[in-house]
Amino acid sequence: MAKTMFEKIWEQHIVAEPEGQPALIYIDLHLVHEVTSPQAFEALRLTNRKVRRPDLTISTVDHNLPTDNTRNEVIKDPIARIQVDTLRKNCKDTGVVLYDIDSEAQGIVHVIGPEQGYTQPGMTIVCGDSHTSTHGAFGSLAFGIGTSEVEHVLATQTLRQAKPKTMEVRFNGELKKGVTAKDMILAAIGEVGTAGWTGYVVEYTGDAIKKLDMAGRMTVCNMTIEGGARAGLIAPDDTTFDWMKGRKFVPKGDAFDSAVAEWRELATEEDAEYDELLEIDCDSLVPHVSWGTNPGQVAKITDRVPAPDDFEDPADVSSAEHALEYMGLTGGTQIEDIDIDRVFIGSCTNARIEDLRSASEIVKGRTVASTVRAQIMPGSTLTKMLAEKEGLDQIFKDAGFEWRESGCSMCLGMNPDILVPGERCASTSNRNFEGRQGKGGRTHLVSPEMAAAAAIEGHFVDVRDWETE
Amino acid sequence: MEKFTRLTSIVAPLDRANVDTDQIIPKQFLKRIERTGFGEFAFFDWRYLEDGVPNPDFILNEDRYRDANILVGGRNFGSGSSREHAPWALMEMGYKSIIATSFADIFRNNCMQNGLLPVILSESEVDTIMARALRGSGYKVTVDLETQTVTDDQGLNASFDVDPFRKNSLLEGLDDVGITMSLGEAIDSFEEKRTARW
Repeated sequence: MAKTMFEKIWEQHIVAEPEGQPALIYIDLHLVHEVTSPQAFEALRLTNRKVRRPDLTISTVDHNLPTDNTRNEVIKDPIARIQVDTLRKNCKDTGVVLYDIDSEAQGIVHVIGPEQGYTQPGMTIVCGDSHTSTHGAFGSLAFGIGTSEVEHVLATQTLRQAKPKTMEVRFNGELKKGVTAKDMILAAIGEVGTAGWTGYVVEYTGDAIKKLDMAGRMTVCNMTIEGGARAGLIAPDDTTFDWMKGRKFVPKGDAFDSAVAEWRELATEEDAEYDELLEIDCDSLVPHVSWGTNPGQVAKITDRVPAPDDFEDPADVSSAEHALEYMGLTGGTQIEDIDIDRVFIGSCTNARIEDLRSASEIVKGRTVASTVRAQIMPGSTLTKMLAEKEGLDQIFKDAGFEWRESGCSMCLGMNPDILVPGERCASTSNRNFEGRQGKGGRTHLVSPEMAAAAAIEGHFVDVRDWETE
Repeated sequence: MEKFTRLTSIVAPLDRANVDTDQIIPKQFLKRIERTGFGEFAFFDWRYLEDGVPNPDFILNEDRYRDANILVGGRNFGSGSSREHAPWALMEMGYKSIIATSFADIFRNNCMQNGLLPVILSESEVDTIMARALRGSGYKVTVDLETQTVTDDQGLNASFDVDPFRKNSLLEGLDDVGITMSLGEAIDSFEEKRTARW
């Protein structure tokens, strides 16, 4: 029977399927960070167990790091410092490589995996972080796990998993200028809601996906979890292989060519069947902005904020009421009339070099509105260095942006970068939950281009109309 | 892991859809390196006023739900971040089972790993439990994992599905890692084949 890409990767990784138990799946790459790992390492110590494959495990510090330049000397928050020091000790004790604050390879775990070439097609990849779905952009089966499962993978290099169902999400047509991968995924989640894909692995297909660069594909896969699916996949192709070639941990020479030949075999076969299909038209897609407190509550830039009675389902009505109150918005307000106080360009969704280049095109030769504080936190230290080599930092700084160090930063506000109550932020991150960027903070999810334009104008604008130099 | 067999308790209602794990345990409390100490910060932004005083308008603060070990919630409970600190916090608050029409996948897994039983019932059954819990005080249900049922003394008799492997682990309080370590030979031979290929 013809197989989907998911089925192929799944079957290649079954270690055992004991009667009456979920399959035991082998994990090729385990990414570790400071926040969801300490309890897992501690449990290993208490049970006298070892890390089975430190060579298949890599770690970095990203979630709680400050993004000012004092962090190389000391992390001022004592509890955050303990968490980082604990990871250092755990890595030293177990032989797991750590890309620490002073390493070029340090950065957001889902940025550095691909950037360093660890992430490769056909792999199974896990991390104690829900945005692990990002790595699916390379045709790897990648998903987030909890700390008990982190412990399980550290000890056994396997994971017990019930086999998910499959869904094809097909993006037809072509994106217009100013419309991005972020708008594709926001529109899709707006359509299905935040639980629409629960229990599925999503495979993204269609002409618009094929035309996306790798950064765009990562943006799409990254937010798969916001639709409820733990993993999203895109078939690897020449775009993938060209992007990967030459990266540090990608095979070289003949080994690369034979790996590519193998990777090409991963794609879903023509007659294979998915359990479900969702189609999205990209010809008519416009930039999206979230208005509420979950990533399914989105509107087109040309639309108005909805009112609670625009919804039929009582739970949706009640969610909209809560969301509008929290967001300080009134139904019927034109999205373009929403003024913002802050701009955050960063996160594992949109802080790659390609994202920074796109945002810089919008910003070039312009000035951030006097009412706005705008910040950029590159996805990794290497990304930051590359951007500086290209002069992007100067474009942003000249316009009035703060150019900062890499890390998860204000996506989840575990570090000192947070909104104060009532502040409204155009953010390139992935979640607009209540309090996510700081208690009482109001988050609107947008693309890097839309965030950059909002920084200049002080309110949301349709970036399709933007003149670039 | 703590065993879960059968539990009769007061039910606390949280009638909201999409309660995400950022609400269950906000990020500023994720810096602890232990599995404990999260309970007092659960639902922090909803549960406390600015000065740290319990918010009288937050339903779980009401006296009548203080001794509840069962929480009934809205659909897509536990969405968002994979933080296992969420079930840890809920368990320290006293909850041993959560009833809802649906759960986010990672959260549901995390609950199972800790002996916090997620129970999926139909919309009408959840509505019934929610309404009865909201009305008056002292409303109790019994969650029985062995028979996979939820019952009360007003005629509710609902059944739920649970993966047989997870069910057994919960009933016996088994350690997942230990079970997998017993399959060590299968992992060894898989690794040998895999290394030969790569």
